[in-house]
Amino acid sequence: MYFASFADLIAMNGHGIYVWSAYAIGYAVLAALIIQPLARHAALSRQIRQQQDED
Amino acid sequence: MFRQWFHRWGSPPWFYRMSGTLLPWLSVVAAGLIATGTVWGLAFAPEDARQGNSFRIIYLHVPASFLALAGYYLMALAGCIGLVWRMKLAFWAVRAAAPIGAALTFIALVTGSIWGKPTWGTWWEWDARITSMLILFFLYLGVMALASAYQNSDSGNRAASILAIVGMVNIPIIYKSVDWWNTLHQGASLKLTSAPTIHGSMLYPLLIMIAGFYLLYAVLLLLNLRCEILSNERHSRWLQDFLGDKR
Amino acid sequence: MSSILGATFRREWQLAWRNLADAVNPVAFFLMVIALVPLGIGTDRQQLAAIAPGILWVAALLASLLSVDMLFRRDFDDGTLEQYLLLPGQLYGIIWLKVLVHWLFAGLPLVLVSPLLGLMLSLPADARPVLLLSLALGTVSLSLVGAIGASLTVSLRRGGLLIAVIVLPLYIPVLIFGASATAQAAGGIFPAGQLAMLGAFALLALGLAPLVVMAGLRIATEG
Repeated sequence: MYFASFADLIAMNGHGIYVWSAYAIGYAVLAALIIQPLARHAALSRQIRQQQDED
Repeated sequence: MFRQWFHRWGSPPWFYRMSGTLLPWLSVVAAGLIATGTVWGLAFAPEDARQGNSFRIIYLHVPASFLALAGYYLMALAGCIGLVWRMKLAFWAVRAAAPIGAALTFIALVTGSIWGKPTWGTWWEWDARITSMLILFFLYLGVMALASAYQNSDSGNRAASILAIVGMVNIPIIYKSVDWWNTLHQGASLKLTSAPTIHGSMLYPLLIMIAGFYLLYAVLLLLNLRCEILSNERHSRWLQDFLGDKR
Repeated sequence: MSSILGATFRREWQLAWRNLADAVNPVAFFLMVIALVPLGIGTDRQQLAAIAPGILWVAALLASLLSVDMLFRRDFDDGTLEQYLLLPGQLYGIIWLKVLVHWLFAGLPLVLVSPLLGLMLSLPADARPVLLLSLALGTVSLSLVGAIGASLTVSLRRGGLLIAVIVLPLYIPVLIFGASATAQAAGGIFPAGQLAMLGAFALLALGLAPLVVMAGLRIATEG
């Protein structure tokens, strides 16, 4: 590893807050981008199956 | 043979089945690449001589920006295919691609802004790249707004596709104009990524992240397209059979 | 063939004259926005002169944007649009003429009143001819690109802000070169390059925009 210790990795020589907040926000958006269609797909499938049962 | 291949791609049932088998593999590889690139970039790559560790934001910012721009071209291309060949699936791809692209542009803007703070001292700097990214964000919002404003989804698809194509044609003009504008109003500005001097140990994780993001984009597009298929084809026989079988 | 285009031109011209209020609004808006500037930022002549090129251009751009919504609305409402679309061979020319008349009544007034507004913002006298010229070239592009936005939204009930969201990013290159031309002229140098770019944009828009407008209008009438 480039850093001497795990604590150094977090601190990143003072830039830690910038790097980690950037990654946190970025990953949060990516997670939302993945979860949203998965949830929608599940809901739609459920709806279609329910409709099928009713027919 | 091309016709056959083309017709198959345009067929929702075939596409739904194909994407269903493809997705797990794509997701695993994408996740692997992104995880590798992130860990490498955050923990193992050396810091930049001038910018220090804030440089590591590049591993998120650059792939997001690439895909934001590439995603717009893909959206416009899908629009073209939809308009010329009247392919429903292509139109649904336009609708799916717009929010993904907008979100990626958002990530690029936020990470770019955060990166700017330790580099330039301000949260927002009107440099050419960030300004162009902002305009790209507007272009995405326009396509999304136009598509959703139409009650008739058919008309909305065609209008959004036309707008996407107009946007695509304008992007080089806009980027060049903003570039030129920026040279007027900035002196010598510190470039965020000095490409010629980037060393191998810093470059490889970047390439891995870019590759990972390309695959991630494909995964996201397929996920959203599958939702569009479900939503639009819910009364069709093939879908009901398919879902019924899966029980 | 030319009789249809002639008739179209005459119709547009007469409609524009009868609805002169539609032409006054963009100019009034332009004037009012310019008046807001010293009210908002103070009367320091140096300060006003410094921002005048940009502000004049932004205000003219917004005025142009607001005027573009009505370009096809009347025709859409009374069914004339559908008639036009039955003449595919003439449609390019018809659209061209509609935008031309619109520019004469809504764009040209902005151009003509701009030197006066420049004076009000302490824009140096050297810059006023360039302001006029840059706006003359620029408003052509703005009307044509605005027409694209209008054609894509004419069948929707809420036109207004949606057109702005669609069209403003596309306006940016024109704004950049127009404002820069005016600013450079204020500094005493003739901005040949910027004016050439504005001319190029205008030609590009004149050639291509009507094609996109045709596609947009087709959606409006078929949807």
